[in-house]
Amino acid sequence: MLTAIIFLPLLGALLIMMQSDERTVWNAAFVFSLVPLGLSFYMLWQFRAGEAGYQFVEQYPWIPSLGISYHLGVDGISLFLVVLTTLLITISLFYSAGGDIEERAREFCFFVLVLETGLLGALLAVDLFLFYVFWEVMLIPMYFLIGIWGHGERIYAALKFVVFTMVGSLLMLVAILCLVFSARQHLEHITFDLPMLYQVPLSTTEARWLFAAFALAFAIKVPMWPVHTWLPDAHTNAPTAGSVILAGIMLKMGTYGFLRFAIPLFPEVAVEAIPLFMALAVIGIIYGALVAMMQPDLKRLVAYSSVSHLGFVMLGIFAFNIQGIDGAVYQMLNHGISTGGLFLLVGMIYLRRHTREISEFGGLWKSVPIYAGIFMVVMLSSIGLPGLNGFVGEFLIMLGTFLRLKLAAVFAVTGVILGALYMLWTYERVQFGPITKAVNETIADLNGREIASMVPLIALMLLMGFFPRPLISRIEPSAARLLERVNVAEARLDERRHRAALAATAPRGLDSRILKVAAAK
Amino acid sequence: MTVEFPALTLILIFPALGVLYNLFLGYRTGRGAVSFVGPAVMFVAFAVASWAFYEIMVMPPGSVLTYSVWGWIEAGNFHTSIGLRIDALSAVMTMIVTGVGALIHLYSVGYMAHDEDFARYFTYLNLFALSMLILVLADNLLLMFVGWEGVGLCSYLLIAFWYTNPQFAYNGRKAFIVNRIGDAGFLLGMFTLIWALSQHGAWSLDFLTLKARASDIASTTLVGTTAATVAALLLFLGATGKSAQIPLYVWLPDAMVGPTPVSALIHAATMVTAGVYMIARLNFLFVLAPAALMVVATIGAVTAFFAATIALVQPDIKKVLAYSTISQLGYMFLGVGSASFAAGIFHVMTHAFFKGLLFLCAGSVIHALEGEQDMNKMGALRTKLPITFWTMLIATLAISAVPPFSGYFSKDLILEAAYESGHTALWILGVITAGLTSFYMFRLIFMTFFGESRVDHEKEHHIHESPPSMAIPLIALAVLSSVGGWVGLPEGLAWGDAFARFLAPVVGDFKPLVVGNPAMLSLVATSLGGIGIIVAYLFYIRLPGLPVILAWRLKGAHQLLLNKWYIDELYNFFVTRPLFWFSNTILNRGVDHYAIDGAVNGAGLTVETTGEAVRRVESGNVQHYAFVYLLGVLGVVAYYIYLVIH
Repeated sequence: MLTAIIFLPLLGALLIMMQSDERTVWNAAFVFSLVPLGLSFYMLWQFRAGEAGYQFVEQYPWIPSLGISYHLGVDGISLFLVVLTTLLITISLFYSAGGDIEERAREFCFFVLVLETGLLGALLAVDLFLFYVFWEVMLIPMYFLIGIWGHGERIYAALKFVVFTMVGSLLMLVAILCLVFSARQHLEHITFDLPMLYQVPLSTTEARWLFAAFALAFAIKVPMWPVHTWLPDAHTNAPTAGSVILAGIMLKMGTYGFLRFAIPLFPEVAVEAIPLFMALAVIGIIYGALVAMMQPDLKRLVAYSSVSHLGFVMLGIFAFNIQGIDGAVYQMLNHGISTGGLFLLVGMIYLRRHTREISEFGGLWKSVPIYAGIFMVVMLSSIGLPGLNGFVGEFLIMLGTFLRLKLAAVFAVTGVILGALYMLWTYERVQFGPITKAVNETIADLNGREIASMVPLIALMLLMGFFPRPLISRIEPSAARLLERVNVAEARLDERRHRAALAATAPRGLDSRILKVAAAK
Repeated sequence: MTVEFPALTLILIFPALGVLYNLFLGYRTGRGAVSFVGPAVMFVAFAVASWAFYEIMVMPPGSVLTYSVWGWIEAGNFHTSIGLRIDALSAVMTMIVTGVGALIHLYSVGYMAHDEDFARYFTYLNLFALSMLILVLADNLLLMFVGWEGVGLCSYLLIAFWYTNPQFAYNGRKAFIVNRIGDAGFLLGMFTLIWALSQHGAWSLDFLTLKARASDIASTTLVGTTAATVAALLLFLGATGKSAQIPLYVWLPDAMVGPTPVSALIHAATMVTAGVYMIARLNFLFVLAPAALMVVATIGAVTAFFAATIALVQPDIKKVLAYSTISQLGYMFLGVGSASFAAGIFHVMTHAFFKGLLFLCAGSVIHALEGEQDMNKMGALRTKLPITFWTMLIATLAISAVPPFSGYFSKDLILEAAYESGHTALWILGVITAGLTSFYMFRLIFMTFFGESRVDHEKEHHIHESPPSMAIPLIALAVLSSVGGWVGLPEGLAWGDAFARFLAPVVGDFKPLVVGNPAMLSLVATSLGGIGIIVAYLFYIRLPGLPVILAWRLKGAHQLLLNKWYIDELYNFFVTRPLFWFSNTILNRGVDHYAIDGAVNGAGLTVETTGEAVRRVESGNVQHYAFVYLLGVLGVVAYYIYLVIH
């Protein structure tokens, strides 16, 4: 089942390379993304809610001498991310076929489908080595998508993207190997299997270094402040589908990495790192919003808004309570839907005007009312209007944060105000006001294909806003299991700190007693 | 007695159907169908609301109708549902929202008749009604927040309805952002409540649970005081945004650029009273937080006075009404802040009648004068717009608290409560404001309907009374403005204060701390109101030159009031501009571009030069480049695996 979901796109990619007719290529690519989408919905339907562990597990030895196995599974944390991936890829391909990508359609579809395999594999792998392979697989197609079909300084952007990600992932590779090496000493056999590696006790120093390496790799991907600067460049210069996939799914690999690897592998260090990550997340929320506000380019603006939104996700994760983590996972999906939608909308207007400068627009509502209306809904989802999906995630995250560290929640709430500020201001400059540029009077409103690309997203915004229960009830058991590990670690840490504090005060107590005795004499 | 009442959902379903119809079919089926569907759904909702109201009336006091629709956000122990609830308090509010709402929908049919975006207008208006009803019917604070932000959204959309005017679009955004600042407080208030309850093992925002656990919230300490006080103050910050109180009132005057029926419905009768409703709804929390109640009462009284001073000199008819609304909302907060929640809600109701009517009359005047809003270009309209004149006069008598018009009873109750809860200074402020109120309102009447005509000549001939769809709501609201206050007569007179008795099971009885003489208090306030009318008469009928001379002699004060105490300028100087400067100069250019990216590119320089070298060798072939990179990755992996094995 999971294997089929992961590798059908790759199969499609290979078959597509043998075709030459462009129409066939688009249709085939669409079908090969649609089938995994259908399968992932089937998986969703078959998924047993209320269970924390992996389901649909597949495990075969791959390189037994190294303890590497082909081990797949899906749990509440990855479940909806898989569905989101298959959905957004399908929408991206469907949309791109409508004229967004005009040259080398075959190669484009090839790379998108390979990328899908990489993304799905990384989400479903339960073996560290397998995960790393998929992690690297997704890097290369994205590099080409930006480098070949991008705009502007696409080579610079593609390179920056690769360099940033590579720095992190090489560190992570080293960390994986170190971890496996330590594990071998303890388990007396070598393994890359994640559940087994969870059991390995590590010395504090070792754990801190390894956590740092993992955390840096994932933080770059998220991206957390201050390692976010690759993101605006990559987004601005990527083709629309690239931005959708990058923002919608790829960034979640970072936050997913924290939930699946960095935190459960090194829970004690993660607990120790709460203040640091909460601070960085809050800075990201406010900084991302303020910088987004000042961007003259629509895509750059949306890119910086991602920094702000992903800051919320990180904040929820490091709140380390069930509300925070439920909210974080939910917000990952929300961000995929709303930011994916925003990038599609920016792409649509770029196709018409060949510019993304906000100052080039104004008064668009008059000429393209359907576009403006859809933009409004997506924007409201992005700023977390209650009743739409974004609110559920933000609310749970901020609630979780408040229960953990009130001050952080107070700062995070300002992000809600600033989010509305930059989004509404942008909307006002683009859609409201008089038409200042004559070209804007004659641009065509959205066509059927474009509307069809947006409809599933808008439907999800409403559904997830009013019916979060079916999702959260599936996310929560897995989140709770993760939390259990963290809580145990936190208790252990508290005890150790307590003992250290006792040890620090005891001698002084002794001294004073000696002094007292001496004084009495 | 608690009764399941599934029909409550109908009150929401009908406006929702209206939204869907107008949004998807409105443009196709045309004006006629929209002007039927838009108001019709509201009248049906009103009928259902009346049915529910009747049920509440006939059931024993303290009864509620509930209906839980589905479970909503549930994470860990925290549970909240989409649940509706009608008790005496929400029954009154629902009647106001659907009743006044239906009338204003009907009025809009005439007022907006020539607007090309007719269907969009009714989409927004129905969506507003839906959100407002969610706010009122919610059985928990979080669902109330859905309506709370929903009405804010509709307010934004309707202020910016004529979006091609950039100023209108700006004003819409300003309203939304200022409201969001308040909403941030609302959110933190909710978190505080959940946190405090979680300390005692409860995880809910249901009003029922909150009420049962109010003492737990009050016994939890937070930042040197009780969680109840903190939560109440934070929630009140939300109220100052939505209900336009100091310091967040600045959006409401600018909101007047929206269509006038919108000003009547949203920015006078219903939405802006949401803050008062919220406090009345959470009365059990606020009475346990006396410090917060004191803040509410003080802000209310000060806002009432402050806004009234601005209204004294404004030349724009809608601006006068806008500041008057802020002022009247201040009274409502003075009422609930004095722990007389019934008085606050009573004024919400009478204000919905007379202020809704005032705006609709102003709209009728503006409509007749083809968009003119400057009172210096009106005058002598009494005979040309008789229906408008008489209904507006009734509304003015009501707001000036002339007995027996509706405003008299509610304002009297508030001032009495302020005095009897020991807020003597606030009572004095309220009484002075009563004088100011009748002055600026009669100034408006005299300048608009009396004296010489100052209307532009070309408009003079076109002046016409409004069509029936506009006149009927005027008359209906005029009747309500006249007699609507009789449900709350002074104790001992006929049926006495039936309104407060009806609400008492929900909001409790008012318990006076100081004994005052109601007749005496009423006499003082009413005489000051009378003096206001006389002064206005002297200024604008008998000695029309006097205001000009006074404005010239007291230039400083006049300019200060005319420019609204320069508050917008202050906010601009101390908040808006520094924020943008900081974002652009420090963060965007400084940190992001220069510091972080500079550092990264410095490090990346080596990579890029190497890249350049490779590219030269490989003649710019990206594919090749990536292939080399892949090989590199695999090489590194292989090397480390080798290390691990050996």
